[in-house]
Amino acid sequence: MALIQFREALGAAMSEEMERDPTVFLMGEEVGQYDGAYKVSKGMLAKFGPKRVWDSPISENGFGGLGVGAAMAGLRPIIEMMTWNFGIQAFDQIVNHAAKMLYMSAGEFPVPIVFRGPNGAAHMLGAQHSQAYEAMLTNVPGLKVISPSTPYDGKGLLKSAIRDNNPVIFLESEIMYAVKGEVPDEEYLIPIGKGDVKREGKDVTIIAWNKMLHLALKTAEALAEEGIDAEVLDPRTLQPLDEELIFASVRKTHRCVIIDESWSFAAVAAQISDRVHKECFDDLDAPVARVHTDWVLMPYAEHLEEAVLPSVEKAVKAVKETLYL
Amino acid sequence: MALELRDNKDVKPAPPAPPPAPGAAATSPALLKEIYQEMLFYRRFEERVNQAYQKGKFAGFCHLHIGQEAVCVGVQRNLRPTDWLISGYRSHTQAIAKGIKAEQVMAELFGKEGGSVKGKGGSMHMFSKEKRFLGGHGIVGGQCPIAAGVGFAIRYEKKDDIIVCYLGDAATNQGQFFEAMNMAATWALPVLYIIENNRYGMGTDIRRTTSVDRLSKRALAFDMDHSEVDGMDVVKVYEHVGRIIPEMRKNPRPYLLEAMTYRYRGHSVSDPATYRTKEEVKAYQDRDPILMLGEHLKAAGQATDEELKGFDKQAREKAKAAEDWADESPKSEMKNAWADVYAE
Repeated sequence: MALIQFREALGAAMSEEMERDPTVFLMGEEVGQYDGAYKVSKGMLAKFGPKRVWDSPISENGFGGLGVGAAMAGLRPIIEMMTWNFGIQAFDQIVNHAAKMLYMSAGEFPVPIVFRGPNGAAHMLGAQHSQAYEAMLTNVPGLKVISPSTPYDGKGLLKSAIRDNNPVIFLESEIMYAVKGEVPDEEYLIPIGKGDVKREGKDVTIIAWNKMLHLALKTAEALAEEGIDAEVLDPRTLQPLDEELIFASVRKTHRCVIIDESWSFAAVAAQISDRVHKECFDDLDAPVARVHTDWVLMPYAEHLEEAVLPSVEKAVKAVKETLYL
Repeated sequence: MALELRDNKDVKPAPPAPPPAPGAAATSPALLKEIYQEMLFYRRFEERVNQAYQKGKFAGFCHLHIGQEAVCVGVQRNLRPTDWLISGYRSHTQAIAKGIKAEQVMAELFGKEGGSVKGKGGSMHMFSKEKRFLGGHGIVGGQCPIAAGVGFAIRYEKKDDIIVCYLGDAATNQGQFFEAMNMAATWALPVLYIIENNRYGMGTDIRRTTSVDRLSKRALAFDMDHSEVDGMDVVKVYEHVGRIIPEMRKNPRPYLLEAMTYRYRGHSVSDPATYRTKEEVKAYQDRDPILMLGEHLKAAGQATDEELKGFDKQAREKAKAAEDWADESPKSEMKNAWADVYAE
């Protein structure tokens, strides 16, 4: 076991897969000579050379589409988006081409490609650099969507994503790149579509992913001081969703709160809430509650940004609602 | 001084098409006859497609290639089986020329199990991995970066194949086209971008929306090799592309070719094409690629009227056979609707 940063875990996943499979290559803005805008690909150009690690022009739809074509011709591209806020420039290639190719071609052309990069708000980056896109990306058949919360999960899931024969969207977080976690020295994979209970509890299930998972764990600590025992569940993959794990937890705790950084309308949390209401109706002791970013565009000033994002206080309040406290 | 917006409502009629130049010099008579037959078959095939549509045998969008046969045949006769091809939505005959069977194309239009992709794609989305046909695509310009990616893979694997990427004139106003051209030129990717300039983006004259008079000039922005060719003269296309591709194999790099062509029918079968004059259509039909090559063959004493009539009969029979086969093919199986969303 080694204690490493999230960025190092993701870099190690890419390096290991590139060593294992010569068809894997990395392309994106600043991934090579600059060693990565957030240093996720640090050292990879030196290790693999310019044939495997490509600095792209600032043309997300262009190099996103280049990745799709390379995948159709037999390679396994990893396309880094410096942020998913730029990544939406490539929505045409991701949604209209990568996601639909296998289906339109009746199975002739799989598109094994990973589009990865940070998603959601970081800190004081303003409206155009702070959006969380999981609601849009999980709404497309043909795409898989992963959003890990720990270095361990990040490494194991990114390796699975690179080996997967489908387009996989991998949502990271600027804020988490420096977060440290234990990662085994030996190789391991985490299957796509399997969630993980990060903290066991009996009174309420809190579901959260990516950096909201850490907020959920803090919420559970705060609740514990008041004698409330929260279970914290990390779906890790949002498409497909590990519904059985979620249902099993809710059937145990009878209460469910979802913390989702994106806006509330048609959000992933809304989907989970719908499924829980439908499948666990008789097990619920209260309606499912949700915590989201407020229905505003992201303000810049620190205190304003903090005020509109989900917080421990908001999550504690939502949990207490489900407990009628 | 305020900038005056150019009035784009009053574009002058197009100049008449240039007269045919004496071509057909280097290409052997036997090959010319094959080319003639191939073009004629595509003409008859597309006419049959149109009739089938009018009879209500299928629906959806359907974009015919009638008038543009010389580009398809002149270009694709220069490809070898390991070369790749990607195109837009006007691609029935390009798919056939790349090796997909005509009956599979027809059956695809009819939504049949025997279709190129089992009735899951339709007119705009034919595919074949075996034939390296990477699709007809329905998002204007979307195929351009994908072609760059295939060019990238060719270089990555150190092959001397190339990829042809067809696009229409109006696709050159998409950002994706520029992004793809930049990457292809910067990284010397072996992509032959071919603009089939039929002069109309759907119903809009390209000159009303486009700042340059010659679309191939857009390659200048990327220091990319480029040229134009008379897309109504199949021999010119064939010989011109025959000089470009070997150079691309030897010394990998992209190329932008603008083929000046014309579609006789509307943008799709539902378009009566009222935005252009009968005179304009006739000016191009007077230079019809099949007609011109037929005249050449006769003038050179390489074919008789009877022989050409015989070719026409064969082409019609072959097109009918494709339709008959498609008629007989069973409907796409119900399970196909839910298959191929994700790969194993």
